[in-house]
Amino acid sequence: MIDRRLLTNFDWKIFLLITVIVALGVLNIHSASASYKLAGLSYSVKQIYWFMIGIMLVVLTCSVDYHILEDLSFWFYGILIVFLLLVLVVGKTTMGATRWLHLGFFTIQPSEPMKIVITVTFASFFTRVAPQSLLGLKEIIRPLAILMVPALLIAKQPDLGTAIMVCLVAGSIILAVGVRWSTMLTLILTAIPILFIAWNFLLRAYQKNRVLNFLSPERDPLKSGYHLIQSKIAVGSGGITGKGFMHGTQSQLRFLPEQHTDFAFSVFAEEWGFIGSIVVLALYFALIIWGMNVAARCNDRFGTLLAVGVTAMLFWHIIINIGMVIGLFPVVGVPLPLFSYGGTSMITSMIGVGLLMNINMRRFMF
Amino acid sequence: MSKQQYVRGGQDLGRRLYFLSVAAAVLFAVILTRLWFLQFIEVDRLKEMSENNRLRFIPVAASRGALIDRNGKVIVNNTPSFSLAVIPNEVTDKDYLIDNVAKVLKLDKEELLAKWEKGKGRAKYIPIILASGLTRDQVEYFEENNLRLNGLEIEVKPVREYPNVSLASHLLGYIGEVSEKELTVPEFSNYNPGDYIGKSGIERSFESYLHGDDGGRQIEVDARGRYLRTLNETLPVPGQSLVLTIDIDLQKATEKALGDKAAAVVAMDVNSGEILSFASNPGFDPALFTGRMPPEIWKQYLEDKRRPLENKALKGMYPPGSTFKMITALAGLSEGLIDENTTVNCTGEHKLGNATFRCWNKKGHGRVNLKSALRESCDVYFYQLGERLGVDKIAEYAKKFGLGEPIGIGIDGEKSGVVPTAAWKEKKTGTKWFKGETLSVSIGQGYLTATPLQLAAMTAGLANDGKIYRPHVVKKILDRDGKTLREYAPELLKNSSLKPDHLRLVKEGMLAVVNEPRGTGAAARLYEVKVAGKTGTSQVVKQKDAKMALAYLHRDHALFVAFAPYDKPEIAIAVVVEHGEHGGGAAAPVAGQILRKYFELKGVIKRPVTDSDIDESDNESDGGGD
Repeated sequence: MIDRRLLTNFDWKIFLLITVIVALGVLNIHSASASYKLAGLSYSVKQIYWFMIGIMLVVLTCSVDYHILEDLSFWFYGILIVFLLLVLVVGKTTMGATRWLHLGFFTIQPSEPMKIVITVTFASFFTRVAPQSLLGLKEIIRPLAILMVPALLIAKQPDLGTAIMVCLVAGSIILAVGVRWSTMLTLILTAIPILFIAWNFLLRAYQKNRVLNFLSPERDPLKSGYHLIQSKIAVGSGGITGKGFMHGTQSQLRFLPEQHTDFAFSVFAEEWGFIGSIVVLALYFALIIWGMNVAARCNDRFGTLLAVGVTAMLFWHIIINIGMVIGLFPVVGVPLPLFSYGGTSMITSMIGVGLLMNINMRRFMF
Repeated sequence: MSKQQYVRGGQDLGRRLYFLSVAAAVLFAVILTRLWFLQFIEVDRLKEMSENNRLRFIPVAASRGALIDRNGKVIVNNTPSFSLAVIPNEVTDKDYLIDNVAKVLKLDKEELLAKWEKGKGRAKYIPIILASGLTRDQVEYFEENNLRLNGLEIEVKPVREYPNVSLASHLLGYIGEVSEKELTVPEFSNYNPGDYIGKSGIERSFESYLHGDDGGRQIEVDARGRYLRTLNETLPVPGQSLVLTIDIDLQKATEKALGDKAAAVVAMDVNSGEILSFASNPGFDPALFTGRMPPEIWKQYLEDKRRPLENKALKGMYPPGSTFKMITALAGLSEGLIDENTTVNCTGEHKLGNATFRCWNKKGHGRVNLKSALRESCDVYFYQLGERLGVDKIAEYAKKFGLGEPIGIGIDGEKSGVVPTAAWKEKKTGTKWFKGETLSVSIGQGYLTATPLQLAAMTAGLANDGKIYRPHVVKKILDRDGKTLREYAPELLKNSSLKPDHLRLVKEGMLAVVNEPRGTGAAARLYEVKVAGKTGTSQVVKQKDAKMALAYLHRDHALFVAFAPYDKPEIAIAVVVEHGEHGGGAAAPVAGQILRKYFELKGVIKRPVTDSDIDESDNESDGGGD
């Protein structure tokens, strides 16, 4: 069943690239969680297990021609929407948000796979349904509707980070497909009054407060603002060469929140300094440029758009996470792909990498 | 789609991909620049901050809004409370410190160490509270010995003060530390562990107004924990105060009249729905719930047969007994089945098939009409009427008076009571409705239940020609300058279009209950003001033998509802005395005392000013007898 060409065409360079990122991530998780009192496996070992599961997913994703996704995409989309609705009705609530769904024997979090499914759905939509020209106002309404249904359902959970991510991925694909300038202008001009009405009439005071705190953490020095300051201190005090592995004072004294997951990069920047940070940034940049190349070299529109979407997903995670850690963006719970601890994020990222490899390998077959 | 278009699209796609890559590169460059800025330019400042990272966050709790009575008298307010906290990473000599703290506060060393251990999972700069409720002397001691006891800190928090102890405790509710489960609820997403929130009553239901916004100071301290400078400060915003509809003097009189009985009273303003007094007896001491509840008192609360923790006025569901006869009578009048001259011969029992339904008066009342049936609470009259009405018609009128559904007083946990119908029983038990059950319902027994709050609202409806204003307990919400932010206007809950003549007949019956010879409610009579009311007895156990009748928990509940003044009703009241046996004997005198106080406070009844003023209300208004 496994194609022989799979081995010959397998992109070992990229595989090496992601292995290096994951390895740095594991080292960093080890340091970040050194001060935790844990029962059972340490986070760094667990992350290695997740990576192995990820590798299996890459192989699995590569071995099936991605074109079957073109037909299946709307099914995936429909099933996930049903799951998202179910979450709202019967979901399990943790930490004030309802994201998980019990399926008897296991629980799933349907918002996470939506990031990939919206990519596949959009790629398929713009290949088979939409006219293949620049998008006018009429052509853009349907894709926006396809996007808004899951985005609003996810935002309602509330999982603002994932909702924003789904929108950014979809938006990137729309930009790749191309939008008329006039359309773009119209969309912006309609968005303004809608936002105005929502702000003044639909949102309650505490909801407004939450949005404002999100946009400017200094308003709320008790929580997000405090984390932000501590994270900036961690990154900046690393200086050029860093304080050394396991020697970051900010992280070892636990001034950082969620330092093995969302704030993993600030631990790394503190201990490895500017030099270490550049290395990680360069590795990510290489990954993104490779992803865009896969998109550009692909001969069919579906493959190109799929590659753009997956690359955008990785890209926005990287930018938003690091941007948050260094105080450029508001604090959103978005992990750094392949680097932050977490099974969900690892699985999504590795499926994405697998898809890119898949598209890359099959470009010769046309 | 033409081929040409596709090719053009394809070429453009390539160009756009190129632009997107460039855009991505630019964003990477922005990140890089920011990293450079932080790690090259800002490095010295941030390094210093990380080396002396002694940024400390001192939360400043907002003081909770006060609860004020309708005349501006404070019922519940705040007082500062001092806690002793330890910041683990600044402690130099742990043993010395624990020894000292244990000695000064007279606490067990093990207990202090256990608290310290519990806080260990968190970051080391976060203070762990070792003890709360310190005295001024203790605070002074720790402040003077600050240098020798590195790592200690005194925190000041406003806490609730209850000058009236258990007064209206069920209505006001208590506060306590927010639980982990509550923290997962969106409403409390802005709360932190250790915050106090309302747990029951008004404190719970008006939490969002009362709480206020906590503030805090981000300060920098030196290596010994001494204050250097404030980096950031958010002032706490005090919670909003509530002006309640309760009259604290009437409330006191209410609870005094109840003594140590297990009972509930609701008194409300007929013309606005404002609750004037609201008691569930016995009460509890809310202050005990805020701190560490002494186990022996907790045990006492749980084992007390009178259930002091239960809000009986809001959640107690009692068969209304004969206090329901007014509704059966109104249904009969409105449906044209009886009029004021209709008479029934009460022989002391009523036969339905093989079953015999007894009147409470075994000798029988003889020939009774509506007025005398109400006055003497003849059961046979209402058995016969109920049989002709059928249960569904009775239910229709009960619902017009707010029974069978929560009234919406605005406090969590309100019970709806039960107004049975044939369909209700079929759904609930799967069995058909029996005619005999209709007879029980017509005298307020059987499946029919209501809360004291509903009975007060029902009585207000009778007094006010079918109009019931929604009972509510909060009059106004004030901001911290005492300005009114929101005012709760009377809201019409029910407005049944009943014939004034029919209502008049029922009210005349109620007037007779209290004021005529042979009336069952004479104990509520006031000579200065005309009171109308109705006694009730609600069965706890159906068939009782002599032995059971003795056991407290098997005795019947005593009920009494009333309104006054008869001609221009102002106040409606419902009294339920658990296991008080007879409404006329146990509940009516209570209502009488409360009504007397109400009219005294209004100046309608003059109080004789004597030295024994305080004890006076104990032996008044016992006139009449049953």
